[in-house]
Amino acid sequence: MIGLELYLGVSALLFVIGVLGVLVRKNAIVVFMCVELMLSAVNISLVAFSSYMGDVHGMILVFFVLCVAAAEACVGLAIVIAIYRNNITADISKINLLRW
Amino acid sequence: MNPMAEYVWLIMAIPLAGFLINGLVGLSSETYRNQKNVIGWLATIAVFVPFLISLQIFLSMSAGSEPVVVRLFTWIEAGNFTSDVAYRVDQLSMLMALVVTGVGALIHLYSMGYMKDDEGYWKFFTYLNLFIFAMLNLVMANNLVLLFLGWEGVGVCSYLLIGFWYKDMVKSSAAKKAFIYNRVGDFAFLIGMFLVFRTVGSLDFDVIFNNIALFTPDLAFWVCVLFFVGATGKSAQIPLFVWLPDAMAGPTPVSALIHAATMVTSGIYLITRFSALYMTSPEAMLLVAVIGGLTAIVAATIALTQNDIKKVLAYSTVSQLGFMFLALGSGGYVAAMFHLVTHAFFKACLFLGSGSVIHAMHHVEHELDHEGKKLKFDPQDMRNMGGLRKYMPSTYKTFMISTIAIAGLPFFSGFFSKDEILAYLFNAGMVGEYGAIYFVLWGLALVAAFLTTFYMFRLTLTTFHGTFKLPAKVKGAEDSAKYLHESPMNMTLPLWVLAILAIFGGLIGIPEFFVSTFTTADVNVNWLYEWLRGVTTRETIVLSVTTMWILAFIAIAVAVISTLLAFRMYNSDNADASDAAIKKRFGALYTVWEDKYKLDEVYESTIIKPGFNISDRGLAVFDIKVVDGTVNAIGSIVQFFGSLLRFVQTGVIQTYAIAFVIGVILIIGLLIF
Repeated sequence: MIGLELYLGVSALLFVIGVLGVLVRKNAIVVFMCVELMLSAVNISLVAFSSYMGDVHGMILVFFVLCVAAAEACVGLAIVIAIYRNNITADISKINLLRW
Repeated sequence: MNPMAEYVWLIMAIPLAGFLINGLVGLSSETYRNQKNVIGWLATIAVFVPFLISLQIFLSMSAGSEPVVVRLFTWIEAGNFTSDVAYRVDQLSMLMALVVTGVGALIHLYSMGYMKDDEGYWKFFTYLNLFIFAMLNLVMANNLVLLFLGWEGVGVCSYLLIGFWYKDMVKSSAAKKAFIYNRVGDFAFLIGMFLVFRTVGSLDFDVIFNNIALFTPDLAFWVCVLFFVGATGKSAQIPLFVWLPDAMAGPTPVSALIHAATMVTSGIYLITRFSALYMTSPEAMLLVAVIGGLTAIVAATIALTQNDIKKVLAYSTVSQLGFMFLALGSGGYVAAMFHLVTHAFFKACLFLGSGSVIHAMHHVEHELDHEGKKLKFDPQDMRNMGGLRKYMPSTYKTFMISTIAIAGLPFFSGFFSKDEILAYLFNAGMVGEYGAIYFVLWGLALVAAFLTTFYMFRLTLTTFHGTFKLPAKVKGAEDSAKYLHESPMNMTLPLWVLAILAIFGGLIGIPEFFVSTFTTADVNVNWLYEWLRGVTTRETIVLSVTTMWILAFIAIAVAVISTLLAFRMYNSDNADASDAAIKKRFGALYTVWEDKYKLDEVYESTIIKPGFNISDRGLAVFDIKVVDGTVNAIGSIVQFFGSLLRFVQTGVIQTYAIAFVIGVILIIGLLIF
């Protein structure tokens, strides 16, 4: 039987990879994938806790997270495409209009 | 309680309504502006109806009537200070209201002819009605605040009307000058009001007059002096009189209404109103008399040298106002009011007459222009005139009558009032501790009276007698005399009414001794004295009847000699030679008169220039360097820190995300440990 710690460890690892990806990658699509990675990490820990506690609420919550992630991916990608059409780039370090 | 007094608010409301209708409709409608007859008649009626109401109230009163105060509403309420819009119906205020509305209505009628071709016709009548409204507030007010409202209101109207042809820079700066000189006086007047309020705790006339005893001699002196300084501004006395001659830039009916008959007499009214206070301070009275005497003689000497027909009349007005202040200063408040009334008649008539002449001269200029001759001459310069009596008989006759009246020749109105002033001056010389000074002032007044007669006949004779001089003076105007014509009916009618008043106006104040010498019966022929007895105080006459007769004969002698002299020097086209002769006789003195005592230049160099320099080199520098500097310094400090901190905002989302992450780590760290 694999212990809870292991699941949580994988989840934390994935989450940190996601955070680092969001912080350092320049390509908007990759940043986006990293956000999905973070969401998946959260899902893993939710499922792990759910089965550990014998409570299905956690599982249900995962479905909601997946839905939100899908919706967010739609909207987010649409925005990325719109920006790309305007700027001919998806490099987010170049998209810095909110500056001084 | 007088039932008629209930209608007193109408006296104020009707001119105000006239002002609003003509002003607002004229402002919004082009077609209305061209309805000159409607505008003119509306404005005239808006003054004539209040005249009838005043007359009605006046007739329903008697000399013994108690003052009636009509309170309309509370105007200002602050702490323990309240000020009502309340009007006082008493003998003095009704007398003033009659003069203002009566002369005002005549001048409105005259203006309909005079301003006929002016494009600002509607504006002119709007301003005139506003002026009448303000002036009535001034004379009818029951407290100093409302009086001050009228006081400032007439100042504004005076400004608007002097600068009526505002496109001419000279005229608009004359308007500014008048306004600013008045401001100096108004400042003192305000301080005086503050002093009164501090002493009595109210600005209502009743309260003030019932508490005269609260004024210590020092306080009474200062209040009187401050009020008097206010009066010198409005009534054009030394040192503030220089604005009045320049005010002649306005249309002539304005000069007649505002700068001769009504507004400039408001200072006299104010002091007469406060006669009870002035009587407690002989020093203040002396100051009033001295300033009045100096003004009378200074203005009369300047008038002698002027050639502009309106300028002569302007200086004459200043001089006559000086006479009124002489009367006030010697305790003859009724005499001052008497001269005010008669002066309103004959000086308004003279100004309107001069307007009629200028109108004719303008017409000549206009017609010559039509002929294709572009001639430049001053239509107000009396050296270009002469012989006008042939062409303008009505104007000539009325002008002559008024000249005789102002000259003080017997049995015309000016004779009675001027004689009474001289009698009061002499009387003040006999009593009181400053007698000697009053005797000197009496002498000055006699000289001023002599000069008045002389320069007025110089003006009249040069303008109307002899031959028409324009053809000789200006090349190309040889047959211009054919364009001279009498003014229309609506201009000559007011002239005749005023001329008749100038003849008979004196009958309201025939001196007592005229009759008491011949009869022992107790008669009250001096109606004005009886009328104003309850409202004003006055010095008692200690002179014997014989002395009064002698004084009267001295005054007559002075006037007659002066008249004869003027006729000899100016009757037959010898004005230039006579002016030269006078100039030769007086030499340097004449130059001083001609330069108007260089008062404008003195003010320019002692007050305006230093004031300008202080502002330019001191205050302006302080403002730019210190005030602006402080503000700018604060601004640049903020800007400096901003310029450092702005680098925090990179605009790159990842920078913000890092801040998020660090924040989250910190919070979780705090929660765990």
